[in-house]
Amino acid sequence: MIPGAFDYHRPASLGEAITLANELGDDARVLAGGHSLIPMMKLRMAVPEHLIDLADIDDLKGIDERDGTLQIGAMTSQAEIIGSGLLAERCPILRETAEQIADPQIRNVGTIGGNVANGDPGNDMPALMQALNASYALTGAGGTREVPARNFYEAAYFTALEPGEVLSAIHIPIPPAGHGYAYEKQKRKVGDYATAAAAVLLTMEGGVCTSASIALTNVGDTPLFAEAAGAALVGSAFDEGAVGAAVSAAEAIASPAEDGRGPVDFRTRVAGVMVRRAIGRAASRAR
Amino acid sequence: MSKMHVKMTVNGKPQEALAEPRTLLIHFLREELNLTGPHIGCDTGHCGACTVDLNGKSVKSCTMFVAQANGADVTTIEGIAAPDGTLHAIQDAFREHHGLQCGFCTPGMITRAYRLLQENPSPSEEEIRVGISGNLCRCTGYQNIVKSISAAAETMAASREAAE
Ligand SMILES: Cc1cc2nc3c(=O)[nH]c(=O)nc-3n(C[C@H](O)[C@H](O)[C@H](O)COP(=O)(O)OP(=O)(O)OC[C@H]3O[C@@H](n4cnc5c(N)ncnc54)[C@H](O)[C@@H]3O)c2cc1C
Ligand code: FES
Ligand code: FES
Repeated sequence: MIPGAFDYHRPASLGEAITLANELGDDARVLAGGHSLIPMMKLRMAVPEHLIDLADIDDLKGIDERDGTLQIGAMTSQAEIIGSGLLAERCPILRETAEQIADPQIRNVGTIGGNVANGDPGNDMPALMQALNASYALTGAGGTREVPARNFYEAAYFTALEPGEVLSAIHIPIPPAGHGYAYEKQKRKVGDYATAAAAVLLTMEGGVCTSASIALTNVGDTPLFAEAAGAALVGSAFDEGAVGAAVSAAEAIASPAEDGRGPVDFRTRVAGVMVRRAIGRAASRAR
Repeated sequence: MSKMHVKMTVNGKPQEALAEPRTLLIHFLREELNLTGPHIGCDTGHCGACTVDLNGKSVKSCTMFVAQANGADVTTIEGIAAPDGTLHAIQDAFREHHGLQCGFCTPGMITRAYRLLQENPSPSEEEIRVGISGNLCRCTGYQNIVKSISAAAETMAASREAAE
């Protein structure tokens, strides 16, 4: 399959990219790794007349820590996320999640910015960003604004990104030292999107849960922040009553589509199972 | 939608051509440069038959525009053996251990293994399986592929030691 024709632009700076995006308007798309966009262009689900490749923009690369916040440039690849010692130490769930995305070749090229900006409910990073309470820096002609991941997703492929804006960086508040975490994903094979997946972060003190944050992948039009599921755990010692309540609260907001991964009921139950397993693993890791 | 001037180094040789930016790297390699070693299996990024080495990383060339690879250093299966035709240790090992049957996946498998063994010169069986998880084989059941890559890792370690 051959994608439709387009003009190719490769700006050297973010400013130049934004000027181009504003000049070209709706006919243009930015290109990151292309590992979601090219498949869509092959199928004519996307037919941009211009592609603005962000590959040469140094400002969009790199992983840093500043004042308790991790900053990850949009063009950081999934392989770079996996390879980062800083992230492994401060926020290891990023590596655990990235390792469950596709395969080594795709992780070499696919970027975290593309993964969260894409707006496909199958993408794994968006729910994780909601669980972490991350925010996205959206840079446009008028400057940069910050939008929390929990407010960014509107519907499948619809996000808070305005035309002419580029998602430049992801900001993640560093979870407390000793936090428990897990990303549990059920998929049919390597390279498959989740039947359902769950991200869980929690803290514990003296065996009691002091905070918990849960989000779900691919069981709705958008990633789902399961606020009530997290709240059900706080104050508990992860007894069956609390865990069961969290699982039910997560299942209650799941509304997956029926597809090759299974009927609605099945995928809803799988979401519950992923939440249960992720809570168990996260609690066992918390110190 | 004009053509662009594309330059890249492929298997050590500088190459230049005019191409539409939308040309997929796999089509550029196969049709413009006549390097038909990398195969098109699925055309969707799943099977890995089109795997090439790009700036020292394994990538799937069916899901990359030639424009993105402009200026890159590319190695395909044609560039893995020595210039005099002597097979690479990985190629020898695939032959020795029956790491192929129909051979369709083999160029991608070997090109991936070539990079994997540079990233991790002595991988465990599990690490090999994860490392080639983006390459599908419909024939072998993978067992002999894993054996071949393991054996190649040992041969390569031995020849590194001998060189020291
Ligand atoms: C076989 C296969 C299996 C996969 N499996 C998974 C999986 O299991 N889980 C998963 O999460 N993903 C999976 N993916 C998708 C992969 O992770 C993509 O790399 C990712 O979704 C998009 O990132 P990209 O850098 O490739 O972006 P692109 O494809 O270049 O862009 C995607 C979209 O985001 C927009 N965009 C990109 N960057 C920015 C930016 N900085 N600012 C504004 N807009 C931007 C683009 O305009 C485009 O609309 C898979 C892909 C393939 C081919
Ligand atoms: S042809 Fe590229 S991954 Fe299958
Ligand atoms: S040998 Fe036939 S597909 Fe692998």
